[in-house]
Amino acid sequence: MSEKPENAPEHCPGTESEDAGKSSACQGCPNQNICSSAKPKGPDPDLAVIQERLSSVKHKILVLSGKGGVGKSTVTSMLARGLALDDNLQVGILDVDICGPSIPRVMGLEGEQVHQSGSGWSPVYVEDNLGVMSAGFLLSSPDDAIIWRGPKKNGLIKQFLRDVDWEDTNYLVIDTPPGTSDEHLSVVQYLQHAVIDGAVIVTTPQEVSLMDVRKEINFCKKVKLPIIGVIENMSGFICPSCKNESQIFPPTTGGAEKMAEDMKVPFLGKLPLDPRIGKCCDEGTSFFEEFPDSPAVTSYQQIIKDIPDNLLFGNQTKDLLHMYLTFIPLFTKSFFTSTIFKGYSSG
Amino acid sequence: MDLDNNLKSVKHKIVILSGKGGVGKSTVATQIALSLKQQGLKVGVLDVDLCGPSIPRMLNVEDKDIHQSSQGWVPVYPDPSQTLAVMSIAFLLNKKDDPVVWRGPKKNAMIKQFLSDVVWGDLDYLIIDTPPGTSDEHITVVEGLQGYNPDGAVLVTTPQAVAVGDVRRELTFCRKTKLPVLGVVENMSGFVCPHCAECSNVFSKGGGEALAREFNIPFLGCVPLDPQLSQCLENGQSFVEAFSSSPSAQILNKIAETLHQRTAMNGSIS
Repeated sequence: MSEKPENAPEHCPGTESEDAGKSSACQGCPNQNICSSAKPKGPDPDLAVIQERLSSVKHKILVLSGKGGVGKSTVTSMLARGLALDDNLQVGILDVDICGPSIPRVMGLEGEQVHQSGSGWSPVYVEDNLGVMSAGFLLSSPDDAIIWRGPKKNGLIKQFLRDVDWEDTNYLVIDTPPGTSDEHLSVVQYLQHAVIDGAVIVTTPQEVSLMDVRKEINFCKKVKLPIIGVIENMSGFICPSCKNESQIFPPTTGGAEKMAEDMKVPFLGKLPLDPRIGKCCDEGTSFFEEFPDSPAVTSYQQIIKDIPDNLLFGNQTKDLLHMYLTFIPLFTKSFFTSTIFKGYSSG
Repeated sequence: MDLDNNLKSVKHKIVILSGKGGVGKSTVATQIALSLKQQGLKVGVLDVDLCGPSIPRMLNVEDKDIHQSSQGWVPVYPDPSQTLAVMSIAFLLNKKDDPVVWRGPKKNAMIKQFLSDVVWGDLDYLIIDTPPGTSDEHITVVEGLQGYNPDGAVLVTTPQAVAVGDVRRELTFCRKTKLPVLGVVENMSGFVCPHCAECSNVFSKGGGEALAREFNIPFLGCVPLDPQLSQCLENGQSFVEAFSSSPSAQILNKIAETLHQRTAMNGSIS
């Protein structure tokens, strides 16, 4: 049996095979050049460079969804803005949606350009502790389209990961396009040594969206990407005039919560459909600052509060902890968790 | 490849595009197809969204399989009248939750096969639903249709600036690939509260219309948000048939009619 890299395309002939880099499955694989060259085969030398570059970034979170328009970029921006409310944290957003970058507008950075420095590309900063990088910054006009096939997109993603100088960053939130294709494979592949903490999966309540999201969850399992949890966005609309709730996108099959339960992945929470969020995204302003008392902000803050838990413990440990807490009532919860937290944060 | 035989018997080809995801490309594609079918036309729907195919569920043909005939792949027909034909990658998957983890070149090969090997028969319209973006799938579809006189693209957007921004890029794509633009549909524009009948603009309003005006392309209409429409898509029901009196259905029917009139002229020229 010839050796296959973990994230190889389907029907990869294996890196040691005579057909390596030459078979039809190799087309578009970012390792094709390495495989097809006659040189002794080894891993992509850029992987080590990426690992080194991102060693100053503590946590890397991917925001994924099989379905488009469910709010990946909105959730990305809200998570990042929410985390950055803590002045002690340094937060970054990397937008790898090359063909439809929404992050620049959502963050109020349209028309900004990327600057080059001795240490690489500098992100564009929204706040002192919130930096952003997106393909949108490389375009000269808002009408410009990036009409690229996969390999070129992969090249740019690699450059983003290898050349952007994030300095010391606590959280890097990576926004992705919908689907399970080039961009997703590349991010996972290029970051294999730099370690991704996991993926936050965004969906809307309808089955039409959930069915794509199930595929995304299976994708994560296939490429061994841990799942931090599922967020249900646009769940319920509260009429601003009569305050009654309507289900614009009806959860006909039980919504995201049931899907998460069925697929055995954590459920992080529901976010209401609030037209003011869309408006803030259009204007590039911070929803947290504009409407600090809205129910959506409360939901986001709860989710943001839970994410570090999921990162620190991993889900298995968390389950164990829950069992422990249930079976040993002698331990008070606060005592137990505070010691665990101390242990982790000092480590 | 004998792209010739199978696509030649299709009179009109319309591509549904949008730079943004989740704006309702598949919704518009299915409802236009159903509306044209209701007018007595023979319609095909080709779903080239390989990573997230939604068409089969929306047309209630989720569990169907594709059969091979001597001329190629036989599309799936949702009803015995055989006036609506459907092709999607979902019919080729063993389990419906299986992800299609393919890079560009493999997706392109699949799409080329969809364009050449499906035995559509005599169709009045082939509606092609696409994933969001301006990448492999789109380039391959447009390349594949070249020489078969595609009627053009319908761009779908939602009213917010974030969506319209992506659709502007799609317009540039159409210009660069010389695909005519048949018009813009603004979907999810306004929601009428069922409790108090107050209309809220959940995703703002007017973005699609403004875009059409700015670039001097036809505006096809605003489709209001309607939970009944979402419900029909979930269950694979025909919304334009079941709720024909609702404002959303009327607009969708009108859009289909407009497209029919506009493309009929294209047919007579060629």
